[in-house]
Amino acid sequence: MSLFSIKGMHAGYGARNVLHGIDLDVEERQIQVVLGANGAGKTTLLRAISGTIAREGTILFDGARIDRLSARKIVAAGVAHVPQGRGTFADLTVDENIRLGAYLRTGAEARQDRERWLTFFPRLRERLSQQAGSLSGGEQQMLAITRALMLRPRLLLLDEPSLGLAPIITQGLFKTLAAIREETGMTMLIVEQSANLALDVADSGVVLESGEIVLRDSAQNLAGNDEVRRIYLGYE
Amino acid sequence: MNLFASQIIDGLADGAIYASLALALVFSYRSTGIVNFAQGEMAMLSAYLVWQLMAWGMPLVPAALVSIVISFIAGALLYATIVKPLSHASLLTVVSVLIGLYLALNSLAGFLWTYTIKALPSLFPKAHLQFGSFTVSAETVGIIAVVGIVLLLLYLLFETTKVGLAMRGAASTPDSAILVGVSVPVMLLIGWGIAAALGALSGILVAPRVFLNPTMMFGVIIYAFAAATLGGFDSVVGAVVGGLLVGVVENLVGTYIPWIGPDLKIIVALVLIFGTLLIKPDGLFGRKKVVRL
Repeated sequence: MSLFSIKGMHAGYGARNVLHGIDLDVEERQIQVVLGANGAGKTTLLRAISGTIAREGTILFDGARIDRLSARKIVAAGVAHVPQGRGTFADLTVDENIRLGAYLRTGAEARQDRERWLTFFPRLRERLSQQAGSLSGGEQQMLAITRALMLRPRLLLLDEPSLGLAPIITQGLFKTLAAIREETGMTMLIVEQSANLALDVADSGVVLESGEIVLRDSAQNLAGNDEVRRIYLGYE
Repeated sequence: MNLFASQIIDGLADGAIYASLALALVFSYRSTGIVNFAQGEMAMLSAYLVWQLMAWGMPLVPAALVSIVISFIAGALLYATIVKPLSHASLLTVVSVLIGLYLALNSLAGFLWTYTIKALPSLFPKAHLQFGSFTVSAETVGIIAVVGIVLLLLYLLFETTKVGLAMRGAASTPDSAILVGVSVPVMLLIGWGIAAALGALSGILVAPRVFLNPTMMFGVIIYAFAAATLGGFDSVVGAVVGGLLVGVVENLVGTYIPWIGPDLKIIVALVLIFGTLLIKPDGLFGRKKVVRL
């Protein structure tokens, strides 16, 4: 049985429906990538999962329904969401951002985790007392991910981690994510527009078009699929 | 020289009162982006509450503490019943509602306690403290000390506790605060409660100096607005520094510029507001608003 599964999900903003009946399964320890053009509904999909917008349908996480829970309860259940544009607390220091990530957890355990994640992102350790708003884009993305990891989630949702980053930085970031998955077995659902780097580390993927899933396959097959290559990887 | 020094000290005491009310304004503004125009009137009611509790036989200090606690609850209720439901309303709607609340609270005080002035005793003894050739009233020292201790406690709350950190996070980036499991409405509720408690403190400290009456906070709120504007409306440090500066400048100008004197002192506040907005709209410590597209 999948760790995470969505059935017939509809979601949108007010009267405007963006997602039209999404079915999606993510296996434990897998990295799954959601590809799609601007406006396909990728961000809406993640926001619907994390409960920050209204949604309909069934969402099963670890055997329990979470589609009726509030955003806070979903976080507490073990689903962490790194939003698009990173959403770091710009006025707070790097260290405070990380500590706030462990808001739902108690002292000692969280302190150990902090050390553990900082070994994956050593750049942050040098900047602990800096204001988050003064970090570079790549560092802010690392911080947003670290903050989410501090919840010790079982499912990590990442919304376009590559946004605004140079390809070399993005590559490093995805490598780190793959390393975190290797070490912790954390399941990840990554939404991406720049597909090739994401497909390198992913196990499987789906293609989202106008709020519907039009293709699902292994990452390898997707990377070799002619249409995907043409539309999302930029090969003619 | 002694006159100058004592004007500075007195200014700091006045300034400490302005600072606590300015801080109340800054707290509600930072957490919800709303300037609570009724903050001064709430503080006035808090001071009346002390008077009422004393009339019922409670000693001054417990009465003041009870009033501050009730004010905290009232501030939280104000957020829950009026401010939160209006969180998606237009700014004009919110401003209208709060000005309405200002008038309503003002009339309520007149209705309950009439417009005749009443005396609220000072928290501090009538004594004077002697430092060499220099005398300061115990009240001046007491006001500065009480506000100083409150500021220290607030600093400890926000810098060293988990709840304080969550409150700062909720005020800074509410969407992200939800994603780490912080209950943003609860944090904002506490923020408005603290604002009302700080306002109550300013009301209780100022009432013995101006006598209790429904319009007693009119001057104070304008100085507090000047302090918050000068310091930067989103800056806690700014509100404190702004409050102290306004207090000192007000006293010096009132003493040394004869044609202004005590009657026209309020102009100082208005000039400070106007000057700050003209020269440095974000205030001394405020952050520049940058909108990324």
